[in-house]
Amino acid sequence: MTAAADRAALRQALPLSPDAERGVVVEHLFRHEAGRLAAALVRVLGPANLDLAEDVVQETLCHALEVWKMGRVPDNPAAWLRASARNRALDLLRRQRTRTRLAPEVAQLHGELAPAVDAAFTDDALRVEQLRMMFACCDARLRPAVQVALVLKLLCGFGVDEVAHAFLASPAAIEKRLARGKAALRRAGALADLSDPQLARRLEAVLDALYLLFNEGYHGAHPEMAVRAELCAEAIRLARALAEDPATAQPRTFALLALMCLHAARLPGRLDARGALVPLEEQDRSAWDRALAAEGARWLSRAVSEPPTALLLEAAIAAEHCFAPSFAATDWRAIVTLYDALYAQHPTPVVALNRAIALAQVDGPERGLEELQALPGRDRLARYPFYFAALGELHLRAGRAREAAEEFRRALRLARSPAERRHFQRKLAAGRDLAHRRCPPPAP
Amino acid sequence: MADFLYVFRGGGFQQLSPEQMQKHMQAWGTWIGELSKRGQFKGGDPLEPGGKQVKGKKKTVVDGPFAEAKDLVGGYFLVTADSLDDAAELARGCPILEVDGAVEVRPIRKM
Repeated sequence: MTAAADRAALRQALPLSPDAERGVVVEHLFRHEAGRLAAALVRVLGPANLDLAEDVVQETLCHALEVWKMGRVPDNPAAWLRASARNRALDLLRRQRTRTRLAPEVAQLHGELAPAVDAAFTDDALRVEQLRMMFACCDARLRPAVQVALVLKLLCGFGVDEVAHAFLASPAAIEKRLARGKAALRRAGALADLSDPQLARRLEAVLDALYLLFNEGYHGAHPEMAVRAELCAEAIRLARALAEDPATAQPRTFALLALMCLHAARLPGRLDARGALVPLEEQDRSAWDRALAAEGARWLSRAVSEPPTALLLEAAIAAEHCFAPSFAATDWRAIVTLYDALYAQHPTPVVALNRAIALAQVDGPERGLEELQALPGRDRLARYPFYFAALGELHLRAGRAREAAEEFRRALRLARSPAERRHFQRKLAAGRDLAHRRCPPPAP
Repeated sequence: MADFLYVFRGGGFQQLSPEQMQKHMQAWGTWIGELSKRGQFKGGDPLEPGGKQVKGKKKTVVDGPFAEAKDLVGGYFLVTADSLDDAAELARGCPILEVDGAVEVRPIRKM
């Protein structure tokens, strides 16, 4: 793929603005509506009938496709799909009731059906049911990998093969994961209400799952940029839904959303045409998505909490990068201070590593190296390629090509994706160039 | 130039994901757009799957046809083309072929 085509694919997949969902047959209309309809149908039919709800969604979309494909797309396709799904659900329930007439004690449980079904398909109900489904999918009792698969399948309308493709897993493995998750949903009975006081505690698990989904896109090993951008876009779309509901509009939600927007805004400069990671200092800042960055800044301003959460600090660091006019003109001192606060909350070797890198920008490579070599918990970074890459980078800046090459070779051996591998290879080559410039080969 | 009827048969989407369905729909839009741009698209409609049949001298009305999914007529187009070969060539661009469907190309008999 050319750089231009890659960027175009990215722009399509990225959530440029929330308004983009309004027009006629917008990008991803089918699968986003699939998610909304599934949640509404689960409300109508009950979580025990999750499979039936998914079948109704599929039939609704198939029917739409039959009619629309011949150039007859209705003015409001989403409303058409919702009306069609509503009718199907109503038919199902009526048939069911006819059957249960034989058992009068069951039949009387149903009041007037149509209003009850209609109530599940109002704009507000569709929105709320999405959130309830999000909480159901992100149940802390499920493994995170199961949660994220459920989110993609039920809320984002991914097909099994597409979930498998996104995770570089086999469809059979994803089937199994989804079956486990859906069985748990069915067993759980009614989905939790947003007014449930337990919800506050469960919000953490939902945010964690969305962050996991986002990271799968942002740091994942998937070779196709478009797939990765799409995962980021989905995590942002769902986090926006959380941020816009009073029950879940909390500083930590805003912080996660801010962080994701501020990271995703820089996605278009993060990989080069060959899929290699482009280091921050070489990124084309004009390719960054300014609208998304501005949205991130808006959420960040609402995310302030005392004491600051780790997510808030991470978002603040991302904002420093996002709005710096250039690598050199970045406020590295502010970034070091933020990393200090983050480390106090979250003393992990990776945070210490990033702090040391920022410190090297303020006080020079030797100071950075000193920090890195004495990094607390650096034995836990023994398999983390960016630790060695950071050492290599600072050696390179200090003019020690041989030491730099040694570290980059270590990083290369630990690379976890083609993008990382190419990046370290380039670094290794840059080190070699430096060595040649320093010691020119003897003249013939 | 002559007129032709395209009869679309079969073609299922049950196995497609929502995103694939949307792509499929967009492919139809592109194909119809190309036909229209060249002035070859004269109209057409999708058909409901069921219906009635009126048969025989007794003019009995029965439900149906209940063709097998692969034979079920899902819609028709009227197009103009230079020749039957040309019309068949154009039909090769129909996205229904990607989902195991078929296009029957029938010249419309001139009086």
